[in-house]
Amino acid sequence: MLPLGVTLLLLTAAAAAAGPYGSAAPPLRGPGLGFSPAVSASASAPPLLLLPQPREEYGAPGVALARSAAEETAGPAEEEEGGEHQHHGGGFRVVQWEWSYVQTPYIIAIWLLVASVAKILFHFSQRFTTVVPESCMLILLGLVLGGVVLIANKKQLYQLEPALFFLFLLPTIVGDAGYFMPARLFFDNLGAILTYAVVGTLWNAFCTGFCLYAAKLLGVIDERVQADLMDFLLFGALISAVDPVAVLAVFEEVHVNDTLFIIVFGESLVNDAVTVVLYKVYISFVEVGAENVQTADYFKGVASFLIVSIGGTLVGLVFAVILGFITRFTKKVRIIEPLFVFLLVYLAYLTAELFSLSAILSMTFCGIGANKYVEANISQKSRTTVKYTMKTLASIAETIIFIFLGISAVDKSKWAWDTGLVSCTLVFILVFRAMGVIGQTWVLNRFRLVPLDKIDQVVMSYGGLRGAVAFALVVLLDGEHVKAKDYFVATTIVVVFFTVMFQGLTIKPLVKWLKVPRSTSRKPTINEEIHERAFDHILTAVEDIAGLQGYHHWRDKWEQFDKNYLSKLLLRKSVYRKSELWEAYQKINIRDAISVIDQVREQEEEEEEEEEEEEEEGRRREEERHSELYIVKFKKTHSLKRKG
Amino acid sequence: MGSNSSNMNHIPDGQQLLQDTGFSAAQIIRLYERFEFLDKDNTGHLRPEDLETVPDLDMNPIGARIIGAFFPPGKETLDFGSFVRILAHFLPADSNRTRAGAQQEPANSTTGKLRFAFQLYDQDRDGKISRDELLQVLRSMLGLQVTEEQLQCIAERAIQEADADKDDAISFDEFRKSLEKVDIDHKMSIRFLR
Repeated sequence: MLPLGVTLLLLTAAAAAAGPYGSAAPPLRGPGLGFSPAVSASASAPPLLLLPQPREEYGAPGVALARSAAEETAGPAEEEEGGEHQHHGGGFRVVQWEWSYVQTPYIIAIWLLVASVAKILFHFSQRFTTVVPESCMLILLGLVLGGVVLIANKKQLYQLEPALFFLFLLPTIVGDAGYFMPARLFFDNLGAILTYAVVGTLWNAFCTGFCLYAAKLLGVIDERVQADLMDFLLFGALISAVDPVAVLAVFEEVHVNDTLFIIVFGESLVNDAVTVVLYKVYISFVEVGAENVQTADYFKGVASFLIVSIGGTLVGLVFAVILGFITRFTKKVRIIEPLFVFLLVYLAYLTAELFSLSAILSMTFCGIGANKYVEANISQKSRTTVKYTMKTLASIAETIIFIFLGISAVDKSKWAWDTGLVSCTLVFILVFRAMGVIGQTWVLNRFRLVPLDKIDQVVMSYGGLRGAVAFALVVLLDGEHVKAKDYFVATTIVVVFFTVMFQGLTIKPLVKWLKVPRSTSRKPTINEEIHERAFDHILTAVEDIAGLQGYHHWRDKWEQFDKNYLSKLLLRKSVYRKSELWEAYQKINIRDAISVIDQVREQEEEEEEEEEEEEEEGRRREEERHSELYIVKFKKTHSLKRKG
Repeated sequence: MGSNSSNMNHIPDGQQLLQDTGFSAAQIIRLYERFEFLDKDNTGHLRPEDLETVPDLDMNPIGARIIGAFFPPGKETLDFGSFVRILAHFLPADSNRTRAGAQQEPANSTTGKLRFAFQLYDQDRDGKISRDELLQVLRSMLGLQVTEEQLQCIAERAIQEADADKDDAISFDEFRKSLEKVDIDHKMSIRFLR
């Protein structure tokens, strides 16, 4: 994520260059938001635009009457037009067109609205939504919208900006996932997760990179793709990481069992460290030139990996402690409690980015670490607020990502097609993922408590989806140093579309066909809570007796440490003394009470409806009878009249 | 495997244990070493006091009950065979390779594990967990953290949830049913080093 810092600087430069253009409200278009409407200052930087370039396309200039002194910075063109208007109108204007004042937030809001309405529309067709995953449809919608914009404006105005993606969209999703991560399940499977994330990603990256280079040498990849070994290794690094956004989007609809899900999802989060390091290392190698790379640099790469991963985790844990500690004292300021959660989790992300550490790891561990203490400290209302705000934001960020992926694909000026490269990449990533999973699982099963069987391995291989992270990374590449950038962009788009759409579509039938054990949505019962706790104690005791210092032994030690030191520090005094089991019992009671009320209400509603329907029926029949009587009477009188 | 089985010769019932439980030869040897370590006075049997010396067991709320499981009422000593057979409950289920002459229901099957846990609760061995017995377990697990009233509430609720035949106690079947959604294999197994 080092190029990110460079990108931000370029953004600032771009915004500065745009100064005289900005009309009434430069503060709104602050640098670092990626929204500056100006032409990018440096030719080699990727176009950092979210808003359309030429203002003129969007209507009349805003003539802000009661605006601040910012008026004076407006260029001469502005003043002239302003003057003109004033000539024409003369005096007070009742209604004005303030487009440039509201432009930025308005467009953002419209995009959010489009994304949300799209979601509503999709769910109208029940049959459709059970077959086609949402992510698929969003990408298709993006393609359509992109096409529309392209046709209307003859050029692409919007695309998925790496800065926007890495600073706003990705943290929202990862933050939500990290905060609500089932910690116990995560640590139970930590060995598998780490193996797949580190070894698996490295294996994928190197194999893909080397094989693509071989393909180039063999002529399968065209000459036009000017890339050598370093470029291919770089490309291999960014295309081989399993993507958390895509995994979440697809697995959410499939509901595989918890263990399988946590392994794939955990892998997608932890492999960020590997991807970050490989990406940075290869970018620097590419810039320096392959000949100048020394062996010392390789060692630096390994050291860098350790620093990035461990450093990122530590940053996250530090923020978790801070967050827990702060929420201990928020009793008098309940109303802003949720804000602390969002701020500190986000700051964990940004701070890791600041130091070029793994931001995703930081945010994930901040969430995992803080969750227990924060949930205990804050009020019930704050808990609800945090939960639903995070989920809403994450959902909308996901929607936007997929729509913009679709839109970005339509812009032909940014990519170049090479069939050899695309097909080779697709084949390689599928093959190497499968090989990697099988190999690692064979090794892991010798150590795991419950081994992963063949079906699990199939789902894991197939569920290794690539997504927007790869796309954002490829767009960030420097076209000057990586000459084949456009070809890489096209390939990445195809790969991402293939995994999200094709694999996303087919994974549900695959899971059904293979009879993968699904997750049972169950309400926790008090018996489960009691006995699971008892089992933990039993296992710890058995490990002690058998003289094994195993997983449970250490987990128990951690829980002792937590009870005696950490919880004292981070939990509110009144909360500290409560027991978890009692809390669980109360939660179950509350949930039961609510569900009973809901059931009663539903029944009442049904009964009401039935009553209403019966009333309706009754009324209708009454009316019919009345009208019949009336007709009969009418006929009688008529016939009487005639007779008479 | 060859050299290991010759080492097994000095282990009492070694071959039999290899057949009956799911342990590998290396695991049994290791367990024997542990058994000898615990058997401080080298009698070839363990007594309750020997187990009580295991560190951290006294801090464990169910520690005393576990020791009790090794020494059912009437038995004062524990030989190696019984030691291993009890520990066999905690092998992961799939490692139970079916051997000729294996018992009907292996100790480390889900039912076997549940039965072991059930017996920890059911101290008087009457086949049911009464309200009192449940309260005792809760008390030892929660101890000072909750009031007696709260304990009663939790126990009441637990029995209400699980008790199908309304006899105010939880039988083994009801116990098993209440845990049918829990992955027992995961929750009641430990990794024995090979």
